[in-house]
Amino acid sequence: MSAVLSAWIEGVGLLGPGLPDWPTAARILSGAAPYESRPTVIAPLACLPSAERRRTGKVVRLALTVGLEALERAGAAAAELPAVFASSGGDGENCHEICQVLAGPERQISPTRFHNSVHNAASGYWGIATGSTAAANALCAHDASFAAGLLEALVQLRVAETAVMLIAYDADYPEPMRSARPIPDAFGVALLLTPAAGPRSLAQLSAQLVAAGTQGMSDPQLEALRAGVPAARSLPLLRHLARGESGRAVIDYLENQRLELTVTPCH
Amino acid sequence: MRPLALTAFTATSCLGRGAEPTLAALAAGRTGLAPCTFETVTLATCVGEVPGVDAIALPAGLEEFECRNNRLALLGLRQDGFDEAVRAAAARLGPRRIGIWLGTSTSGILETELAYRARDPVSGALPAGFRYRGAHNTFSVAAFVRRALGLEGPAAVISSACSSSAKVFASAQRALAAGLVDAAVVGGVDSLCLTTLYGFHSLQLVAREPCRPFDAGRDGLSIGEAAAFALLERPGGDLATDAVLLLGTGESSDAWHMSAPHPEGRGAAAAMRAALRAARLSPAEVDYLNLHGTGTPSNDAAEAHAVAAVLGTAVPASSTKGATGHTLGAAGGLEAVICALALSHGLMPGGVNTQRLDPALPVSYLRESRRAPLRRLMSNSFGFGGSNCSLIFGRAG
Repeated sequence: MSAVLSAWIEGVGLLGPGLPDWPTAARILSGAAPYESRPTVIAPLACLPSAERRRTGKVVRLALTVGLEALERAGAAAAELPAVFASSGGDGENCHEICQVLAGPERQISPTRFHNSVHNAASGYWGIATGSTAAANALCAHDASFAAGLLEALVQLRVAETAVMLIAYDADYPEPMRSARPIPDAFGVALLLTPAAGPRSLAQLSAQLVAAGTQGMSDPQLEALRAGVPAARSLPLLRHLARGESGRAVIDYLENQRLELTVTPCH
Repeated sequence: MRPLALTAFTATSCLGRGAEPTLAALAAGRTGLAPCTFETVTLATCVGEVPGVDAIALPAGLEEFECRNNRLALLGLRQDGFDEAVRAAAARLGPRRIGIWLGTSTSGILETELAYRARDPVSGALPAGFRYRGAHNTFSVAAFVRRALGLEGPAAVISSACSSSAKVFASAQRALAAGLVDAAVVGGVDSLCLTTLYGFHSLQLVAREPCRPFDAGRDGLSIGEAAAFALLERPGGDLATDAVLLLGTGESSDAWHMSAPHPEGRGAAAAMRAALRAARLSPAEVDYLNLHGTGTPSNDAAEAHAVAAVLGTAVPASSTKGATGHTLGAAGGLEAVICALALSHGLMPGGVNTQRLDPALPVSYLRESRRAPLRRLMSNSFGFGGSNCSLIFGRAG
């Protein structure tokens, strides 16, 4: 028998192709507005010191943007908030640049590229941007990264009875890696999860492992996004939140494992 | 937290395959570091290379996972009966009830580095045999170990640079506490590659000679590779007195800089305090500290400040990286297994290579290995991005 883990969703941040923020995405996912896929636009970050801002690539900006949006919508502070970062590929552009230099005669990697190559780069910049010294995790489970991150966050919340920020994000690789891992565009989602309901709570979320039964999106473009970007495996959950409906979403996890999510809206 | 038992554990590094050669090298104060002859690397540095890794054949059906990192993982799994212990646990508990949390920093990126040298001169395409999921992706080692051991439970790779495979103990402990799993395979696997060798060189953090943690003349780290694993379970009533327990975990973030530690070791101290709180221990109850101790001037200085602030200056401490090299994403796991060996055999490993202790570092640094009855040990692991983790292990009796 698998444990049931639960939390309240206090704030959502979202950025993806044709999905510039959570309110716009919620209108689209609820069916109130049509979905039109457009390249993801990631703005510069005002929250980092200028030296750090110059050093961050789009993947770090993506992760921090959605995290800050979720914080703002929840009216919460990052100060002592543990965070879980989940990404399949981290910063693919940075990885490509390093491999390119290592294939050349000089092999002189830029020190900034090297320290940005760690999978927890977004987590490191999040700490610098928010000043949060709370524990942060950076994990990867290939296409299962969103569900793995959500499980880690829900387990932390259960054991420590503390709010947890989950930030899942992935971005497209440049060629030649793009052909081997054809992620179409950048997509990030952040969920601020709390152990008890608050005045701004959107919904209660319960999760348990099941063996099968992933649900897709009915809109073909949204389904392509869900299937194409690991972080967008969250879309069936986000659709329930957007519609404010009670219901169940089964999302992709590992081989022989899926994550069944039950959503109960607060309003 | 409620203690967990390490019902099996093993480590493979440049000191040898499995517990016995590892323990013998630590007792004798031998280093496994040697001048770097890895691949086409031309850096003047020493590395802790595991011999024979590329001769390891992956099992039939798992060819998708071919890469040095997974070969090293398999070599590690086969030592000390670790794979058999996991299969026995799976038969007892069910394969869906055993989770996997492994740390790595670079996964199978060596394959990608080699593929970039073999790009099509016209199209720029990678060679046809390039495997993203099985070799390149950070999750590769956990996916491989899950398949190789026939497990079906939750799995994740934690990749927070050099704290990765210490933090897996914390994630697994929480998953057991929450009832998500009944046992967990934890550990770390990281293997030599050009990204880390040339990357640390670009930061001028690589030593020419074998690294000398806490030495007044220390000038950087030596990179190593390792595969280390432990099986965590809730302790039964029949624990042997020399059984090893995970007593506490502590994690923190520096929120300071991407590649330099907070100069006073603020985050390091917070992680150590959190581990003591979780284990409900006072600082005086720690018998030995396995330092992160990379051998870079700033890392060792920051850690020494943190240790003095939290544990005081009397607890015997050493870094085993002079023996194994810094195995990066595998370091936390490797040093956890070294702590488990230290507890079960009553051996405090001395820090090799260190000649002249830095008088500015207020730590009782142990240079010679010493036999002593040990009850509780702490191990520190700190990584880029300001990611800190401290673990506390103890004997059952």
